[in-house]
Amino acid sequence: MHKSIAASSALHIILIVLATLSLPFMSRKPIDLPPIISVELIQITDKTNIPYAPKAKKIIEEVKKKEKLVSEQAPPKKVKKEKPDAIPLPDEKPDKIKEIEEKKQNPEKIDDKIKQVSEFEKKEMFDPNEIAALIDKSKEELAETTVKSNKVTQSRDKNMNMSGLTLSEEDALKAQIFGCWSIPLGLPYNENLLVRIKLKLKPDGSVVKTEILDHARMNTPGQGFYKVLAESALRAIKLCQPLRVPSTGYERWKDLQLNFDAREMLEG
Amino acid sequence: MKKINFLIFLLLVFLPNKSYSLIEVDITRGNLNPLPIAVSPLSSDEKTKIALEKELTIKDVGSEIAKVVENNLRKSGLFNPLNKEAFLQKSDIAHHKPRFEDWALIKSQALITGKVSLQEENLRVEFRLWDVLAGKEMLALAFTTVPKNWRRVGHIITDKVYERLTGEKGYFDTRIIYVSEEGPKIKRIKKLAIMDQDGFNTKYLTLGNELVLTPRFNPTNQMVTYLSYFKNLPRVYLLDIETGLQEVVGDFPGMTFAPRFSPDGRKIIMSFAKDGNSDIYTMDLENRIVEKITNHPSIDTSPSYSPNGKYITFNSDRSGYQQIYVMKSDGSNVKRISFGNGLYGTPVWSPRGDLIAFTKLHKGKFYIGVMRTDGTGERLLTENYYQEAPSWSPNGRVLIFYRETKTNDKGEGFSAKLWSIDLTGYNERLVKTETDASDPSWSSLLSN
Repeated sequence: MHKSIAASSALHIILIVLATLSLPFMSRKPIDLPPIISVELIQITDKTNIPYAPKAKKIIEEVKKKEKLVSEQAPPKKVKKEKPDAIPLPDEKPDKIKEIEEKKQNPEKIDDKIKQVSEFEKKEMFDPNEIAALIDKSKEELAETTVKSNKVTQSRDKNMNMSGLTLSEEDALKAQIFGCWSIPLGLPYNENLLVRIKLKLKPDGSVVKTEILDHARMNTPGQGFYKVLAESALRAIKLCQPLRVPSTGYERWKDLQLNFDAREMLEG
Repeated sequence: MKKINFLIFLLLVFLPNKSYSLIEVDITRGNLNPLPIAVSPLSSDEKTKIALEKELTIKDVGSEIAKVVENNLRKSGLFNPLNKEAFLQKSDIAHHKPRFEDWALIKSQALITGKVSLQEENLRVEFRLWDVLAGKEMLALAFTTVPKNWRRVGHIITDKVYERLTGEKGYFDTRIIYVSEEGPKIKRIKKLAIMDQDGFNTKYLTLGNELVLTPRFNPTNQMVTYLSYFKNLPRVYLLDIETGLQEVVGDFPGMTFAPRFSPDGRKIIMSFAKDGNSDIYTMDLENRIVEKITNHPSIDTSPSYSPNGKYITFNSDRSGYQQIYVMKSDGSNVKRISFGNGLYGTPVWSPRGDLIAFTKLHKGKFYIGVMRTDGTGERLLTENYYQEAPSWSPNGRVLIFYRETKTNDKGEGFSAKLWSIDLTGYNERLVKTETDASDPSWSSLLSN
C-alpha cells in the first residue's frame, strides 16, 4: 500500500518536472508592460508680452536691412534715367534748324497752318493739302472713339467694383494663398470643411483684423477638426500678408471674405 | 410742403448708392508641404540631469526626448522639423516665454518646448505647443512616469502634437508585432517579436523552435493571435503579452490561414480547409463554438472585419480569379468589389472604416494599394518584386507591410524587411528591425 502511494507520488513529481521543463512558456518570465503615465493639464496663457531680446533684435534688424537693400537695388528706374540723361538730346536745335530750313526753302508752308484751322474753307477750296486735313480729321475721330471706349471700360470697372475683383486680381490673390495654406491632412473629408474668414485690410494688403464667421463651430462637440482647419487658414493669411490686392479701388476690397474649403484637396 | 417732402423722398431713393458688396474669394487649394516645426530640446536643471544620467546612463534626457519627437514628426511626412543650430532662443527661456519673432524668422510655424524634472524619483515631463504666427499657446500637458519610460513620453508628446495640428489621432505610442526571421532562406528561424513603432525596445516572444505566422493584435493590445505549426499541423494560438502565457485555441484540419480578432475581441475569424474546400469561419473565444460564415466551393481566405463589426472583407477565387469581396458579418449579401486586372488578396479594413488595403499581383509585380469599401477609387501606393500583408496604423493613415528582395542564382542576397507607406504614396520608409522581418501587425494606441 505504502509502496504504491510512494510510486504514484514519485511518478506525479516526475510528470510535473517533465511538463515544466518541456513546456517553455511555463518558465517564461512575464513581459513587462510599460508603467502607467499620469497626464496633467497645464494652464495655457493667451499671449506673451516679451520684448525682443537685444541680441535677437540686432539680428532681426540686420536681416531686415539686408532685405531692404535687396529690394532697393531691384528697381531699374535709376539706371534707365541715367542713360537718357547722359546722352544729349537735340530737343531745341532741330526745331531751330527746321525753322531755318523752312524759312529758307519753303516760306509758303505758313499758309498750311492757317488753312487747317477751318474745315469749311477746305471743303470749298480744292487744295492738295486736303488729304492731310482728312487724315487729321480721321485722327480726331479715332481720338473720340477711344475716349468713348475709355468711358465704357470705366463703367465696366464700376460694375466690377460692385460685384467683386476682376478675374486676374482674384487669380493673383488665390495663387498667393494657395502657396501659404498647408492643409491639415487628417481632416475627415466627408464633413463640411468650409471655413469663412472675414478680413479687414490696409491699402498695402496687410491684415488689420480677421474674423471667423462660423466661430461657434470651433467649440461644437464632434467638430474638433474645424478648429484645426480654421487655425490652418488663419496661419495661411498671416504667412501670406501683405496680400496681393489691386493697387487701386481700396474702398471695394478693404473688407474681404476668404472661403477656405479643403474638401476638394482631401477628396482628390 | 408735401411737394418738398416728396422731392426729398425721391432724392433719397434715387441718390446713387456708393456702398460695395463684400467680395468673396474661394480658396479651394492649398499645399501639402510638411509644416515647418521647431522642436526645442526639453530643458532640465543640472541636478536632474546628473540624477537621470546615473539612472538611465543618458547624458541629457530632455534632448533625447526631443529627438524622439523630432524623429516621429519627420517620419510622418507631414512635418519638417527645423535644424536646431538655427534656433535663436535658449530652450529653458523659450519654454516660459518664447519670442515668436525669433521663431518666425527661421520660418517655423509651430514650436514645441518642454521641461524635464524629477518628482520623488519619478520623471515629470512638461511640454507646450505654440502657434508661432498667431503668437499663442495651443497645448500644454505634463506627464509623470518612471524614468525608464522616457521614450514612451516622447511618443505620447508626438501623438498630442500630431492630433492638435492635423486634426486626427496620432499613431506613435504604438507597437508592432512581427515575425523575426534569421538564417538561410531554406532553413529560416522564425520568432514572434514585438517592438515600438520606431523600431526600439524589441522583445522576442517565442523561442524559434516552431514556425510562426501572421500574428495579430486584439483591440486591447494585450492579446495576440497567431498561427504556429506543431508537428506540421497548424494551430491557432492566443498569447497574453502581459503575462507571457499562451494557449492553443484549436487544432484545425488542413491548411489554416491568418486568424484575426473581431473588433470587440470576442471572436477570432480565420479560414481553413475542410474536405478540400477552404471557407471562412469564426470562433467564439468564450464557448469555443466554431461557425461557418462562407459556404462556396471556391477558395475563400484572408477575412478582415470592418471597424463596426457589421461587415467582413475577404478574398475569393469564385469568379475564376482571386478578387476581393465584402459581405455582412453573418455571411449574407456577398458582393465583389475589385474588378481591376490582376489578382487581389489580403484585404484589410481601415480603422477609419473608409478604405480597404490590399495586395495586388499584376504582370509579375506586387502592389500595395487601397480602395473604397465599395471598390471605387483604387489607388496603388507602391510596387515591388515581392511585398504583401499590409496592416493599418490605428489612425488609418499609414500602412506597414513586408518586402522581400530577389535572390541571385546562388540563392544568396535574400532579405525580408518591414516598410511603411502613407496614403499619399510618397512617404515610403524602411522600418528598422534587429533581424529580417515579415507579417507585421500594428497595435492600436497604447494610451487612449
